Amino acid sequence: MEPSLVTSIGKIQLERPVMLASGILGISLDVFNRLYRSGAGAVVSKSLSTEPWDGYPNPTIFSVNGGGWINAVGLSNPGAPNFAKMIESNNDVPIIISLVGSIPDDFEMMVKQFKNCKVTAYELNLSCPHVAKVGLEVGDDPELVKKIVSTVKNSTDVPVIAKVGLGTTHYLNTVNAAIESGIDAITAINTIRAMAIDVETQRPILSNKFGGLSGTPIKHIALRCVYEISSKYNIPIIGCGGISTWEDAVEFILAGSSAIQLGSAIGDNWIHVFNDINHGILQYMKRKGYSNINEMIGLAKKS
Amino acid sequence: MQRNHNHTKICIVEKVIDETPTVRTLIFTDDVLSTVLPGQFAMVWIPGINELPMSVMISQESGKAAFTVRRHGSASTGLFNVQVGQQIGVRGPYGNSFDLKQGKLLLVGGGTGLVPMMRLLTFVKPGDDVTVLIGAKSKNEVFFEDLANNLLKNNNHRVIVTTDDGTYGEKGFVTSMVEKLVNENHFDGVYTCGPEIMMYKTVQLAHSKGLFVQASLERMMKCGVGICGSCCVGEDLVCRDGTVFNGDYLLSNKEFGHSHRNKAGILENY
Repeated sequence: MEPSLVTSIGKIQLERPVMLASGILGISLDVFNRLYRSGAGAVVSKSLSTEPWDGYPNPTIFSVNGGGWINAVGLSNPGAPNFAKMIESNNDVPIIISLVGSIPDDFEMMVKQFKNCKVTAYELNLSCPHVAKVGLEVGDDPELVKKIVSTVKNSTDVPVIAKVGLGTTHYLNTVNAAIESGIDAITAINTIRAMAIDVETQRPILSNKFGGLSGTPIKHIALRCVYEISSKYNIPIIGCGGISTWEDAVEFILAGSSAIQLGSAIGDNWIHVFNDINHGILQYMKRKGYSNINEMIGLAKKS
Repeated sequence: MQRNHNHTKICIVEKVIDETPTVRTLIFTDDVLSTVLPGQFAMVWIPGINELPMSVMISQESGKAAFTVRRHGSASTGLFNVQVGQQIGVRGPYGNSFDLKQGKLLLVGGGTGLVPMMRLLTFVKPGDDVTVLIGAKSKNEVFFEDLANNLLKNNNHRVIVTTDDGTYGEKGFVTSMVEKLVNENHFDGVYTCGPEIMMYKTVQLAHSKGLFVQASLERMMKCGVGICGSCCVGEDLVCRDGTVFNGDYLLSNKEFGHSHRNKAGILENY
């Protein structure tokens, strides 16, 4: 029998375990449809704020020699109300709505916008490393995390995921705070704060100076985080960080991820990467004799 | 060693040509960008100011490339103001290119949309019969007419300039001339780049006559590599799937000719 790629992240069930990570390509429903047709199990929107944000001026992205990217797009997004209107007509694509804000009220207001939309889950961005007063600055404050998670959980029946990253507070404290407040799953990790300097002009390349490092350079850090979370907590995990091949995806599943997200790999390999990874996971499952993803989750912890 | 095309290379501007009061061409040395295909673009960094997508202009000297920029927003004005000796950063080339047919060809360009049209002219075959339409608002905004004639000196060709106000060439919109030409002639290929409404009408007119037509699109672009999503047109990304699209495909796209996205990603009508 053909193995199944269906995976469950707590109450969230997806046909395929590979999702589009937040911040990537996520502003148009037509593009979401295309990505879904191209093999993505779900798409995560750009992080939405209460109001539209333009983001930072260019340069907003830097290609790291040897692989990886540093970006400071600055959370540009059309705002939750506009975005909700755009996806009202969606029936087919599993869309996870990423939200970014500073206070519980921001999140409560945004969740309300989606009452007429089919939303698979909300993902709270507690980890963007390059915008002040939101993202990582929120994630670094476990008490604030508790308030935000409780507020969102009280505002919706849709599963809520917290996306964590490496800030000044130990990320496991953020994970712990989210779990204590009833979070349904954890996405780990976000990009890691970084920068690039051009030696000829002797200035930082990104207009914001600092951005988030993603792609291959952070893969093994992300993998370690997934392993640590899954070793310490009984919570579904979505692995994210530097995944570009089926081997990477399987590594994250073996470390304890129920699903994975990718973004940087699209810059390198374009959207064929979803089906390439799905195909590779299937071949691996056949070769190893697994019939479903669940049998593989966290296996690396046994040895 | 082959260069990582995503990595910004610093170049020094060697020459600046004033094309019109608001349009300048900046010439620099770069082997990679000197040989790009028509329709391809580079991301151009003006250190301390901004980075923007630019179609790569031809240069008369081998090993050199150029950008032709119209002073418009802060980024393009920043590039417009770059002086000889100043540094700019380039990465790319990105994007696809035109599918050049042979025979009777029509090229329709407006403003700096003429840049990929001029590069396309360097690829025509000696036997091709080429008509170039240059649209401008007024006489002082006309440029590249002599260049087009020069590039086509070995071909059967016509270069027709239209100005909206009639101060130079034929009076009227360039698309009125497109309509006249496609009604009276068969073309084996129609190629266009410029303001989107001009391209939209050109594509419609050519398509209605069953002609092969392609357009090179422009959108707000941030990353240039298919990550940020800013440049989407329907389900397509101009940076990765374009910049060149077939006319029949474009006419099935509900955003082409109607709307584009702003910096926040909100659709705005033209």
